[in-house]
Amino acid sequence: MADLLPEHPEFLWHNPEPKKSYDAVIVGGGGHGLATAYYLAKNFGLTNIAVLEKGWLAGGNMARNTTIIRSNYLWDESAAIYEHALKLWEILPEELDYDFLFSQRGVMNLAHTLGDVRESMRRVGANKLNGVDAEWLDPQQVKELCPILNISDNIRYPVMGATYQPRAGIAKHDHVAWAFARKCDELGVDIIQNCEVTGFLKDGNRVVGVQTTQGTIHTEKVGLCAAGHSSVLAEMAGFRLPIQSHPLQALVSELHEPVHPTVVMSNHVHVYVSQAHKGELVMGAGVDSYNGYGQRGSFHVIEHQMAAAVELFPIFARAHVLRTWGGIVDTTLDASPIMGTTPVDNMFVNCGWGTGGFKGTPAAGLTFAHTIATGTPHELNKPFALERFETGALIDEHGAAAVAH
Amino acid sequence: MLLISCPNCGSRDETEFHYGGQAHVPYPENPNELDDRQWAEFLFYRDNTKGAFAERWLHSTGCRQWFNMLRDTVTYEIQAVYPMGAARPDKAAPAPESGTASTAPDSTTTGTAAPDISGTSTAPATPAAGTIAPEGATK
Repeated sequence: MADLLPEHPEFLWHNPEPKKSYDAVIVGGGGHGLATAYYLAKNFGLTNIAVLEKGWLAGGNMARNTTIIRSNYLWDESAAIYEHALKLWEILPEELDYDFLFSQRGVMNLAHTLGDVRESMRRVGANKLNGVDAEWLDPQQVKELCPILNISDNIRYPVMGATYQPRAGIAKHDHVAWAFARKCDELGVDIIQNCEVTGFLKDGNRVVGVQTTQGTIHTEKVGLCAAGHSSVLAEMAGFRLPIQSHPLQALVSELHEPVHPTVVMSNHVHVYVSQAHKGELVMGAGVDSYNGYGQRGSFHVIEHQMAAAVELFPIFARAHVLRTWGGIVDTTLDASPIMGTTPVDNMFVNCGWGTGGFKGTPAAGLTFAHTIATGTPHELNKPFALERFETGALIDEHGAAAVAH
Repeated sequence: MLLISCPNCGSRDETEFHYGGQAHVPYPENPNELDDRQWAEFLFYRDNTKGAFAERWLHSTGCRQWFNMLRDTVTYEIQAVYPMGAARPDKAAPAPESGTASTAPDSTTTGTAAPDISGTSTAPATPAAGTIAPEGATK
């Protein structure tokens, strides 16, 4: 019987035993951790490094997001880093020699109130000034781009228009992780799965190693890329982060013929929807209100987002939910990430990406690698340092950045 | 969906409640004396506990009263519901093992439906000083 099965594909990376010591250790084998390791090896020649993953590679938020990539953020600091990420997404399939189905099918952010319309037009203007492609669409243009959207005025919140970023889109998230992992492996990075960090070794205030479920590993530098578990690691290391971990749920339908040509997000009725390459409708909405590490949330959140989806897309009314799941997102009060140094010497943190980390993966990796290698901020991640909560220089993207949460 | 036992109204669906984040975060006693770091701590830093977490909830579509809850952030199991101003039940001074649970009425809730601390077998919370105003509750 076994000979009838297709041949098992070759593994894209090895599973080495951890060495006694490394030049740098990245904690967290999701998209951000792998991208960081890739750029450390590629741009800084740091190849004696390891990525430690407590579960399996890219099994956390990297496998749980709704794969949306866009850069239409309001504030200059955000537009700069997310637009840089988008430019990297555009070249990564070739650079990593892996077609991870990056599809620039555009992202539409609907406006349903006069307030939405004004905020949206302001954001389009801000985006254009920052070199981010953005357009304002009237309802008829919305309908032309996405014919299945209900733009009639017989719904509670009629569509009054939308912003549109043509270069935005989606990518297949697990393939992105595998693409980075394969390149990391080729460059000599050790990817170590099932290796949970249980503590840190310090010499004074300087980190000198990590304790793990696979033994003690000495290292000169540690980069934390643990998303929802960042606070847990910070506590082990002896400092606090201004982060709250929340469940964020998403769902898919069964497979359908291609009906949805773009990505539609609505903050007001609160759902975002795209159709994956295979054909399933992929939907998400807001976080569950309570703190949670359970990788699951409450069902009323799912009900609400489906009600919103059916109102906007009447054609979905008889589709079935195939699967729902949750991730743990690391939210900050200004809805912007935290990148940079920590109160512990030689320990660096990349966290707080909250509900929108996937789109930022390449830029997070590129800039965080710079920070780890040089000990100084990259031009793009400098505004996102932990110190901003003391200086008051927040990058307040709540309600500003087409953030749907 | 969480089933939350409101101290005044009994068990209701989570959708009737509003989440208030970490409990027991008092407003600074001497706000004028805080430096930037201490203000940052008060404004932006909250515990992000994996495990038993003391948090505030508001029964916004019921009695509209705040209360505290001890909930496990991994299993989501609700371990205790207790009044604003009371000490966290699992951190309170250990009570004698003499089954005082039914003899300590909760002085901080109103009305006749003052419940036991539901869902917990630990000692009752220390009665607070006659107020149900939340410590540092957001408005």
